[in-house]
Amino acid sequence: MKELRDLARTLLTDGSVQVVIGWEDGPAGARPAFVTKAEDADRLIFDPRCVHNLAAYLSPRRPHVGRLGKAAVVVKGCDARAVAALLRESQIQREDVVIIGVRCGGVLADPSRRVDLTAENVSERCSGCEAREPGLADHLVGEMPPPPPGERSRETRIEELEAMSAAERSAFWQAEFSRCVRCNACRQVCPLCTCDRCVADKTQPQWIEQSAHERGIFAWQLTRALHHAGRCADCGECARVCPAGIPLGLLNRQAARIVERRFGYRATDDPSIPAPIGAFRSDDGQEFIR
Amino acid sequence: MGNDKDGAFQPRMVAFVCNWCTYTGADLAGTSRLTMEPNVRIVRLPCSGRIDPLFVLKAFERGVDGVIVSGCHPGDCHYTSGNLHARRRFAVFHDMLDFLGVEPDRLTFSWVSASEGLKWREIVDDAVERVRALGPFSRFDIHSARGKAEFASEPGRQA
Repeated sequence: MKELRDLARTLLTDGSVQVVIGWEDGPAGARPAFVTKAEDADRLIFDPRCVHNLAAYLSPRRPHVGRLGKAAVVVKGCDARAVAALLRESQIQREDVVIIGVRCGGVLADPSRRVDLTAENVSERCSGCEAREPGLADHLVGEMPPPPPGERSRETRIEELEAMSAAERSAFWQAEFSRCVRCNACRQVCPLCTCDRCVADKTQPQWIEQSAHERGIFAWQLTRALHHAGRCADCGECARVCPAGIPLGLLNRQAARIVERRFGYRATDDPSIPAPIGAFRSDDGQEFIR
Repeated sequence: MGNDKDGAFQPRMVAFVCNWCTYTGADLAGTSRLTMEPNVRIVRLPCSGRIDPLFVLKAFERGVDGVIVSGCHPGDCHYTSGNLHARRRFAVFHDMLDFLGVEPDRLTFSWVSASEGLKWREIVDDAVERVRALGPFSRFDIHSARGKAEFASEPGRQA
């Protein structure tokens, strides 16, 4: 923690950045912090409550953050993949951001309480994480904590779903989607939802119905998954903020599995590796095309 | 969805096809006087790369039971690579629809060239046959997201 605070203080003092985006203690657990003065650097923390993917604040969709000046952003391994995706898509320029990587041992599913990580309370995406040390970082701080507890539960659940009949899967997703209130929290929190105008907000024509009806919900959830296939950093923020507890992590993870199986692409924090959608190979599989 | 005069289920289907190959192929099927299942309405687009998954979803929302998506064979695209870009998107779309519980047989992808009127007939007949076997697509029929049963249980309501 001292290493992180000292680094932030140095960066702010020597003027290399005007704001450090990190986490601080708040009344309801950790929360994003925007540190603009060197003397405030001691507010910064990093512990398993620091769930938020701060790469979302680099998005050009948030100009009020950009107006604070050049930013340094603190990222976990998964967050670094989101920064890489923003760089890959030219949403930000590499020289416009300083990346402070933290070594991570997993985060809590519920960040409001300060408790030790266990297999029960760890965020579902953390078990089996392979990106605990960000590869895309100007500065790397902290000791490597022990690996996150728990099993890769999402893989098991996806395989269970895949083994079901289409009717059973349909019933499962209808039950999950029926709780969706179309609040769009999953979109607002996503670092890679960078469109100026979301297709879900368009009304002429209205491609995605805006009421919380199975039609609009299905169209929205499928479109969200498709638009993030091969881009998603798997930071788990959409699933965390969903007030209805819809297992969006399963959709994201399944899209990632499809992209890996078909195109050999895995989410990476190397921005020089091109995204799979928007590219093609002449020998791409087409067993589903008649 | 609809029934014919004998009361048998007749699927309502839509085909999104590219202007240069499949539409011309379907036109050839027509000028060759080939008879085929009459259930499919064709929507012509400039390229299979123009076919957004949302087109297909909108068709299902508006009551079709099955969809055909068709374009030029790889290498034949009028715009060089539109169908190759589309192929990657369709692959993910196809697999995700399956994961969400929509039967893969409801959505047929095919490559049909301008000279393949016969193949177009095969694709149409086969797709209609498979959707007919599946029955109507009823997933979006429920009146509200709360579910049909709950809706029906409200006083004065009928599902």
